[in-house]
Amino acid sequence: MAGQGEERGEEKKKFSIWDLPDVPAGQLPPHLELQRTRVLCNKDAPIHTESVLYSGAYASMGVDNSLRLDHFCHNFRVEVVRLTEEDMEFDMIGIDAAIANAFRRILIAELPTMAIEKVLIANNTSVVQDEVLAHRLGLIPISVDPRLFEYMSENDQPNEKNTIVFKLHVHCKRGSPRITVKSDELKWLPNGSELIKESRKVASDSASKPETYTSFSCSQDTLPEFANNPIAPKYPDIIISKLGPGQEIELEAHAVKGMGKTHAKWSPVATAWYRMLPEVVLLEEVEDDLAEGLKSKCPVNVFDIEDLGKGKKRATVARPRACTLCRECIRDEEWEKRVAIHRVKDHFIFTIESTGALPPEVLFTEAVKILEDKCERVITELS
Amino acid sequence: MEHGSFTDNSAATFSLTEEDHTLANAVRFTLNQDPRVTFCGYSIPHPSNARVNIRVQTTGDPAREVLKDACQDLMLMCRHVRSGFDKAVEDFKASNAVKAMKIDSQDSDSEESE
Repeated sequence: MAGQGEERGEEKKKFSIWDLPDVPAGQLPPHLELQRTRVLCNKDAPIHTESVLYSGAYASMGVDNSLRLDHFCHNFRVEVVRLTEEDMEFDMIGIDAAIANAFRRILIAELPTMAIEKVLIANNTSVVQDEVLAHRLGLIPISVDPRLFEYMSENDQPNEKNTIVFKLHVHCKRGSPRITVKSDELKWLPNGSELIKESRKVASDSASKPETYTSFSCSQDTLPEFANNPIAPKYPDIIISKLGPGQEIELEAHAVKGMGKTHAKWSPVATAWYRMLPEVVLLEEVEDDLAEGLKSKCPVNVFDIEDLGKGKKRATVARPRACTLCRECIRDEEWEKRVAIHRVKDHFIFTIESTGALPPEVLFTEAVKILEDKCERVITELS
Repeated sequence: MEHGSFTDNSAATFSLTEEDHTLANAVRFTLNQDPRVTFCGYSIPHPSNARVNIRVQTTGDPAREVLKDACQDLMLMCRHVRSGFDKAVEDFKASNAVKAMKIDSQDSDSEESE
């Protein structure tokens, strides 16, 4: 990449408007190609940050800027850099920011997960107030596949298809030291709520089951998906509260399916972000003391020094990916003509950090599916 | 919902509910790349209302068809992205499994030599 950029830099220097052929050559002159494909990060400000969308933008050059699907399919590439259980980094090459950003937005705001929404507090004598406690519980990530559940709308009764019930009952005995309540104290109740609804009328039929806050028709642990993996918080060591001697918390937490745009607790990602690939180009040979200077300027060690023999040294760009765009290397006088920092407009370094409900690679494919569904909705509405 | 002229269907504004920048900006991108489009853009009239207006003006084709094609294009692109991504992840997992195996074998080799 760097070599290509160097060539381009040289071409740019030599380029003159009078050298352009009279007849459109069917390809863009180097300076326009540079504007189209790179953001130039200059000393004062980045320029050419926009992407050229209009299909006829280069019509006068005889260049067709329209997107052909086969062309896109041919050029699009994904390279996975890192993949673990909770996070992944991959390069998406040959796609526009508009679409990469759509994926990012969907990951953050429109992928559903399960989170605690309703907390029924039977007893809370801890120092944490009820509402604060409920909020803290809501933020605990729950390790369960949200695709197995349905949304609960306003008039729905909580049932085994849309609600997960947890119980938390901790008591600190008098005379014993303080205890810390952690998320592993949240115990899954596969049979639904155990709290009995107070009804004004005394139940006439004593044989029927007492009415609780949920109406499960069957136990969740009889369902094949949960038979062998009980539902629990993803991490067992999240601190919920601390209890002094004699204090007690007894509550029931109901988790439902929701989306990140309603409340961030439903967001399946801790963060999802992308950055464009940095490209560092040496516009001229940087040698000897200047090379040493350049190497020491960079706080993230982008540059290396190559030994040419006979005491000659030359700077090379070794790790352009590490560049954070601090522009320290071009801050001083004269340096802007030696080093250029670009960003490649169609190369995205995408990072997804999952909160644990689903692995990151599944999250991304789900996000793409959601964008597909959106398109399909518009198509069906228009036809 | 489509707002446009009765006599000239080459320009229209489409009002989509329950959508935001996510879809509108992506569709604007695919629309702009279509040579039949002379102008397109979108606006969100009020941030509290989940609604976007997409304006499409074409060289003569019905705006509705052009928008439909743009959505179709976007859908096919998504499909390609998904397959490309799945393949890359699979390859990565496979190559990592091989690497892990190699590391294990090296370890055992060194232990043997010790």
